[in-house]
Amino acid sequence: MLTTLQNAYQYALENSDRVFTALQQHLLLVAVPLAIGLVVGLPLGWWSARSRLVSTVMLNTFNALRVIPSLAVLFLAVPFLGLSFWSAVLALTLLVMPPILISTDVAFRNISPAIREAATGMGMPPGDILKTVELPLALPVVIAGIKTATVEVIASATLAAFVGAGGLGAFIVLGFAVYDPAILLVGALPVALLALLAEVGLSAVQRAAQPPGVRQPL
Amino acid sequence: MAKLELQNLTKAYSRDIVPVKKLNLAVEDNEFLTLVGPSGCGKSTILRLIAGLDQPTEGRVMIGDRDVSPLPPGDRNIAMVFQSYALYPHMTVRDNVASGLKMRHLPAGDIQKRVQEVSGVLGLDPLLDRKPAKLSGGQRQRVALARALVRNPDVFLLDEPLSNLDALLREQVRADLKQIFEDQKSPIVYVTHDQTEAMTLSTKVAVLSEGHLQQLGHPHDIYKTPANRFVASFIGSPQMNLFPLSRSGNDVALGDFRLPLPGGVQAASVILGIRPEHLRLPQEGDAHIVSGNVFLVENLGMHDLVSLKVQGDPSLTLRALISADASWSKENLKLALPPESIHWFDGETEQRLK
Repeated sequence: MLTTLQNAYQYALENSDRVFTALQQHLLLVAVPLAIGLVVGLPLGWWSARSRLVSTVMLNTFNALRVIPSLAVLFLAVPFLGLSFWSAVLALTLLVMPPILISTDVAFRNISPAIREAATGMGMPPGDILKTVELPLALPVVIAGIKTATVEVIASATLAAFVGAGGLGAFIVLGFAVYDPAILLVGALPVALLALLAEVGLSAVQRAAQPPGVRQPL
Repeated sequence: MAKLELQNLTKAYSRDIVPVKKLNLAVEDNEFLTLVGPSGCGKSTILRLIAGLDQPTEGRVMIGDRDVSPLPPGDRNIAMVFQSYALYPHMTVRDNVASGLKMRHLPAGDIQKRVQEVSGVLGLDPLLDRKPAKLSGGQRQRVALARALVRNPDVFLLDEPLSNLDALLREQVRADLKQIFEDQKSPIVYVTHDQTEAMTLSTKVAVLSEGHLQQLGHPHDIYKTPANRFVASFIGSPQMNLFPLSRSGNDVALGDFRLPLPGGVQAASVILGIRPEHLRLPQEGDAHIVSGNVFLVENLGMHDLVSLKVQGDPSLTLRALISADASWSKENLKLALPPESIHWFDGETEQRLK
């Protein structure tokens, strides 16, 4: 095992340019779907928390889409978007949407109606209620959803290599192809490290956002 | 400062569910109006209509000369204290109290000054940097009050603010509330189902039942001259003794005892009411005396609450408050009914007979 790790280190040093490029591609494969997921998922989640109809439609649709494996979505996207970065982005966006959407829905839905009503009764306009009351209370649960989405997309972005979109998954695919565990580790270890960093970092943010005495987020 | 007026206020959720029916009420400056009634009488709905949390089906809410019925809550300049306090859990006490002022975009210095004034009055100074989770029930209650007081609103609304406190604390906070609101100039509308709160805090009490205003008046008047059977039974603890009786001539029979009706009463059937605290052990010269067998004695400390079955009709139960020091027969007890303490109501309409 130690030898494999040494070989992996040696391979990474010898191919540092390729590793660095793959890391950049991987981060982009994480950032773009996550950004789309946040821009679309957060407002949709907020809306679905306020409307039973929207909630039913949204949550069921995205939960149904989640059942389709990312790899299958990836290959389904290829005929339309080709073997490209955007095929991977589409598959990964579908992956990040449910946790962001569901956690945002739950976060806003769980705010005590009495608190919202108190703010209204004290004359706070809806915009101020959202900004000063609802958002701070919803934030920890929303961050929990973003954390899940981030960790999932970091791990799943490795699949992008199957449609030629690069990323750290390229080393895993190559390692499998030539049956060299060292090359595989050059892709797998940074991915695991990134996922761990995201988990620890976002957990810290989530704890910091948690008001004392308010129920722990999911 | 502004007068609050409810004009013909009606709220209907459906044809059958009408919690507020054509209510007319006015609360002047310096007045403390308590809406009191059993659960489901519409009192909290009225408060929500005044606050703008619900829209009336008919009628108007006037503050001063303004018809605020179409306005959202934010444009009514009303402060509300909720039963659950509903403090913002992510904010410190200081921020909770200041929240109503910040949304008006007042200068920071002014906000700080107002918060300090109010926190001084309510004894919140040592708690200003704590969050609600670190406060006791009584402290949370005071923060909720401070959040309302700091705004200098045109109208104060309080929705059962003491009901989540234990009995001892409730008594203490009730006394605090009375002192705090005595200095306020704005009209106050207070909702409770607790008649002790209604009687002790208010300058005016509105007794409600099934969406209808049963009586509006000074707490003393409501106690002394209840307008109908419902008010008579609802106000006063222990509850007033009420006996539906048929008249025969100018008398009614209470078991074996005949009691004369007041002059001018035309009703075929009447309801006789007498409060347990107005029944007393007979003295020389008492004209109306009834007796019965005692079947229950409840020790209330200063008084014994005695229940007896009236002689001649065991289905009639009379309850009397008798001083714990008094000596009386535990088996057959005679009680005097002072005529000035007897209330008469029409047997059919249940309205007070003049």
